[in-house]
Amino acid sequence: MFSFELLLDAVVIGVLLGCFYAAVSLGLSIAFGLLDVPHVAHPAFLVLAAYAVYFLNEYYGVDPLLAGLMITPLFFLFGLVAYRLYYETFEKRGSDAGVRGIAFFFGIAFIIEVLIILQFGVDQRSVTADYVGKAWRLGDMRIPFRLVVAFVVAVGLTVLLTLYLSRTFMGRAIRAVAQDQEALRLMGANPIRIKQWAFGIATAVLGIAGALLIIVAPVEPTLDRAYIGRTFCVVVMAGLGSMSGTLVAAIILGVAETVVLTLFGASWAPAISFAMLLGVLAVRPQGLFGRRS
Amino acid sequence: MKRRTLLGGTVAAALLGLASAALAQQPIKIGMSMAQTGGLAGGGKASLLGIEVWRDDVNARGGLLGRKVELVVYDDKSSASETPAIYSKLLDVDKVDILFAPYATVPTAPLMPLVKQRGMLLIGNFSFQVNSKVGHDMWFNNAPWGPADSWASSFLDLGQKAGGKTIALLAADQEFAQNLAKTAREVATKLGMQVVFDQAYPPSTVEFSGILRALKAAKPDIVYVASYPPDSAGILRAVNEIGIGDNVKLFGGGMVGLQFGTVMENLGSLLNGVVNYNTWLPEPAMYHEGTKAFFETYTKRAVEAKVDPLGYYLAPYGYASGQMIEQAIKAVGSLDQKALAKYLRENTHKTIVGSITFSADGEWKESGVVQAQFRGIKDKNIEQFRSPGKQVILFPAKLKSGDLITPFEAARK
Repeated sequence: MFSFELLLDAVVIGVLLGCFYAAVSLGLSIAFGLLDVPHVAHPAFLVLAAYAVYFLNEYYGVDPLLAGLMITPLFFLFGLVAYRLYYETFEKRGSDAGVRGIAFFFGIAFIIEVLIILQFGVDQRSVTADYVGKAWRLGDMRIPFRLVVAFVVAVGLTVLLTLYLSRTFMGRAIRAVAQDQEALRLMGANPIRIKQWAFGIATAVLGIAGALLIIVAPVEPTLDRAYIGRTFCVVVMAGLGSMSGTLVAAIILGVAETVVLTLFGASWAPAISFAMLLGVLAVRPQGLFGRRS
Repeated sequence: MKRRTLLGGTVAAALLGLASAALAQQPIKIGMSMAQTGGLAGGGKASLLGIEVWRDDVNARGGLLGRKVELVVYDDKSSASETPAIYSKLLDVDKVDILFAPYATVPTAPLMPLVKQRGMLLIGNFSFQVNSKVGHDMWFNNAPWGPADSWASSFLDLGQKAGGKTIALLAADQEFAQNLAKTAREVATKLGMQVVFDQAYPPSTVEFSGILRALKAAKPDIVYVASYPPDSAGILRAVNEIGIGDNVKLFGGGMVGLQFGTVMENLGSLLNGVVNYNTWLPEPAMYHEGTKAFFETYTKRAVEAKVDPLGYYLAPYGYASGQMIEQAIKAVGSLDQKALAKYLRENTHKTIVGSITFSADGEWKESGVVQAQFRGIKDKNIEQFRSPGKQVILFPAKLKSGDLITPFEAARK
């Protein structure tokens, strides 16, 4: 049942969906890609942000994107505290910090899940906005507005983060700490404070990403589990720590998923994305855009 | 010596009396696991609240066999891997007297060999065909599904009467949805319908625009969807955004989630025109003795417990499970599992969801599933679903409250 029209449609939707995947993975690209923090609670933070956006939208009528912006400073602070806690209890203590760190972040993810259930119950929630539920007509093609919003926001976020990491002093310091923590220490800078700041930024990005999550589809407390695989897949495939690489990898993943879903059968979609990840790791272990170390 | 024996006898008799009095005061324990977290929790919590309302009612009436009724409940996290251990604990540590099954097919399926081996009665809770291969003769599934194919045939019959000749099947890649899709395929063949699109999507699917675009290209007359709550919402949104084509006469069938209050509230007008299965609706023919009183109590308690405020789908069936076991224990006069099973198998039970009779495989003898069409639904208003006419019953004939509006695009307006 192949048709060129369907393929074109799938590619367009795939690019938009990929941009959405990029938006929800950018934070992890900083936390895991640059800082080496095994942040498996990243999707749980994301769902928490989505619920915060839901709260502001449902009870105060705030536009979801604006609500996402509003919670960004709070999430920045939350990130600072979370990293400090992680550093003091795990990272400081030595070599097996990675494995124990995973346990720490899994624990945090479960706590967040339970807190959301206690506060909002287990039912799924969604937001209302003018751009949710409508589509843009392009000839025979119809493109959901919510995906266009995700596209614009994701591209904007990628550009902003790339500029921040390359043009500002703090941004360069973050990249420096990713490359050689000891060297930075010898220069008299405190790598831990820089990492804490970077983790704050990674978490702040989730404010907006959480807004996109609930704009694109309804959320429920355990939704984070569906995103652990996808976000790590995007970050690893991109090459750890590359922002524009994250966007491109996410788009590749989105297009692959949608094309397979539309043309070959939906059950193959998740297998294809992870097969691609394996393929990339086999050919370029450093990821598509990663530097060889 | 004689005197001493007499004294000993008196003391022993007194102790025995005390012991049996103590036993009489011990509650009757009903054990179960129920999803309180995870994907099935929305349904699990409502179901449990229905059972709790029954427990409080029966205890207010003085309990059963002169003993209070107590529920022993554990969270199975919606997972099939949790339930066998929980039920072993219920039997060996908590020593419960009666077992109720957890909500839904997936957590119940792995329990069946255990309860069969232990010779325990099990009251099922909305499972679909979990006993078909195990053949446990003390299984009583309190779910209105009835014979395996009745679900799909009721929907496809409606479609055929509306002039449908081709069918598209879209089903989640999970046990329950796949069972529905399988029966739909069989029924379609029987009715001489052509399946023009048949896809299973993985449970983690985020975006349905692509799938629906492909479905639309196949130009089906009938679209049968077997989906789970998060996907149902995603599918309806995508239908609204990209359309489904003018030739579709009937859309829906087996979408889980469209029975839950908050989901219906969130989807609002997107629901219009969808024909979907249901188990209880506030239409006049669905009220039986005690139904109204039950919903009055449930509605009050659901708000406090942050549980589905409508609770139509599962809660009354939870209460009805209690009513059945209550009638059985009263009639048999003991907790003997075999005797209770015999009573449940051979009698018709009057409950708030109607009269229930079981067939030999432990399923309802007659299907009680209704197919209803959403009409005139507005956005963001949960209270509207409490009035009749919002979900018009098209099937079965004895409960019918209106006719199908077709094609689907016309019904959506």
